[in-house]
Amino acid sequence: MEVRDLKKYYPVTKGVFSRTVAHVKAVDGVSFNVRKGETLGLVGESGCGKTTTGKVILRLQEPTEGEVWFEGQNIMGLQREQMRRLRREMQIIFQDPYSSLNPRMTVGDIIGEPMIIHGVARGAAKEKRVRELLEVVGLSPEHARRYPHEFSGGQRQRIGVARALALNPKLIVCDEPVSALDVSIQSQILNLLVDLQAEFGLTYIFIAHGLAAVKYISDRVGVMYLGKLVEMADAEELYANPKHPYTEALMSAIPEPDPTLKRERIVLEGDVPSPVNPPSGCRFHTRCRYVMDICRQVEPELRDVGGGHLMACHLER
Amino acid sequence: MGQLLEIEDLKTYFRTEDGLVPAVDGVSFGLEKGETLGVVGESGCGKSVTSLSIMRLIPTPPGLFKGGRILFEGQDLLKKSEADMRRIRGNDISMIFQEPMTSLNPVFTVGDQIAEAIQLHQGKSRQEAMERTVEMLRLVGIPAPEKRVHEYPHQMSGGMRQRAMIAMALSCEPRLLIADEPTTALDVTIQAQILELMKKLKRELGMAIMLITHDLGVVAEMCERVVVMYAGKVVEEADVISLFQKPLHPYTEGLLKSIPRLSASRAAGTAALGATGTAPGGREKLHVIEGVVPNPQRLPSGCRFHPRCPYAQDICRTEEPPLLEAGPGRQVACWLHNEVSLKGAAS
Repeated sequence: MEVRDLKKYYPVTKGVFSRTVAHVKAVDGVSFNVRKGETLGLVGESGCGKTTTGKVILRLQEPTEGEVWFEGQNIMGLQREQMRRLRREMQIIFQDPYSSLNPRMTVGDIIGEPMIIHGVARGAAKEKRVRELLEVVGLSPEHARRYPHEFSGGQRQRIGVARALALNPKLIVCDEPVSALDVSIQSQILNLLVDLQAEFGLTYIFIAHGLAAVKYISDRVGVMYLGKLVEMADAEELYANPKHPYTEALMSAIPEPDPTLKRERIVLEGDVPSPVNPPSGCRFHTRCRYVMDICRQVEPELRDVGGGHLMACHLER
Repeated sequence: MGQLLEIEDLKTYFRTEDGLVPAVDGVSFGLEKGETLGVVGESGCGKSVTSLSIMRLIPTPPGLFKGGRILFEGQDLLKKSEADMRRIRGNDISMIFQEPMTSLNPVFTVGDQIAEAIQLHQGKSRQEAMERTVEMLRLVGIPAPEKRVHEYPHQMSGGMRQRAMIAMALSCEPRLLIADEPTTALDVTIQAQILELMKKLKRELGMAIMLITHDLGVVAEMCERVVVMYAGKVVEEADVISLFQKPLHPYTEGLLKSIPRLSASRAAGTAALGATGTAPGGREKLHVIEGVVPNPQRLPSGCRFHPRCPYAQDICRTEEPPLLEAGPGRQVACWLHNEVSLKGAAS
């Protein structure tokens, strides 16, 4: 998949006639590639635009500008019916296992629904596939008859995974799939995702704010801030050598489960600015400890600083 | 005993349509003056109910205190009248909650809410209380506090609101601060700010903190001692370094092993990380605690953790292990570390 200069702006309206007075620039010119079979992690804090990016590349929300190329085809130009057929190849696992499953449908119906919609299987063939999928995600075939509320968070997330696999997709966008789960269940789901990737040759875009989980599962990781991609590199490289000041601060902010570790912590001042009125020049300049004059005026380009490590910053590092 | 807080065999149950739920089922631990204690556990372990019990914020009904004592400076809080508790809350013992948006009153300014506590507990005039409020906001690092004092919670970001809540909690200089998942709802860089702030305030004000969290990284950074809870019981207690270096209870061990670490290298997994084999792609698999937390109304027999325990023995399935000393400052409730069971096995 190739994402080119993707933008998603939400209008802010005011007054009885809903005049558009401003835009929330949730995603503001994001470009990246995803190779077949890899896991691309996207990290960032609230309001950085990572979840919006995930939804827009699947056209669950229409972009304001930009292109998304999937297997050599620009999906932005597709008509509704063509897009619908393409959705068999691109699926999503949602963050909240409690609100992403229809409480009035049985688990079997939830997992089977994509197959009915796309005319892939019906009746006995569908039931068989549903049972297979339940086993693949570590649940039992009898669970097909039950309702979502009868399951724990971790189990519900497994149901979400089974649903995403129902059509044998090539790409799955995982939108914070473990954030709502207890720590000991998170590792179960992460292991499951890794196994499934190997078994079915899946490509993942893994969106999360849990940096350690992203590092574990991803091959490459991109860091987003206020609608922009500020750094991208191989996972090991990014975590070992963060170059962008924001990434540096992000890594240093994570409390490590090691009480003997004495670290020099970088604590960022202030809050994330509003995406309605992002700072001029480099968006991070208002909180950056290395800020220079140029940073306030000129927005830095995302460029390769060696070995495929991309960074958008005026500093030479 | 000189301890600031001593919880003795606390039992807080809830009456529900389906029967009695033993949310906290015989929990004992203590907190020294000025100490930071971490209370760790996952959903349903009873950590939040324990803290709400200390503050007597559990509505009764449906809650009921089935037994035990909560001694604060030697006095049993469970025996105090509601009027006495109101004097204690906010004044001697204060609490900050997980979701600052839902725990601050949206129709009052932040300044009003903080000043209210000061006026109530310290009998100050409105003017004096407001001055102190501005001071507190400055102390917690809110810029331009004289202006922000007139703002409503919705006008502030999550990090600011949490700071405001901390200011409110500390305004009467309590001896004990209970912080229930204070940073879970915040972004990681804001979390770092709040944790640094709490450390600083602790140094300056000398208060004890009971920090409730499921995040072991936060525990490692903030706490001196740790209590681990599971299914309504304490399963382990230790100083923070011992807990992380040599966890005794299999649940603690499992938790520590199953967290993905930033410092770990993927391809070169080591035994210390509890890697259970190589996943496709050369990645070491994450350690997993099999199974799920039990339903409190259908608790397993014997040790509550036994169905998920890789070391479970016969005795674990039938007898509940008591919480016993396992070294200086350490306690664990596990038959593996219990001399009695070893003697029993020998005879």
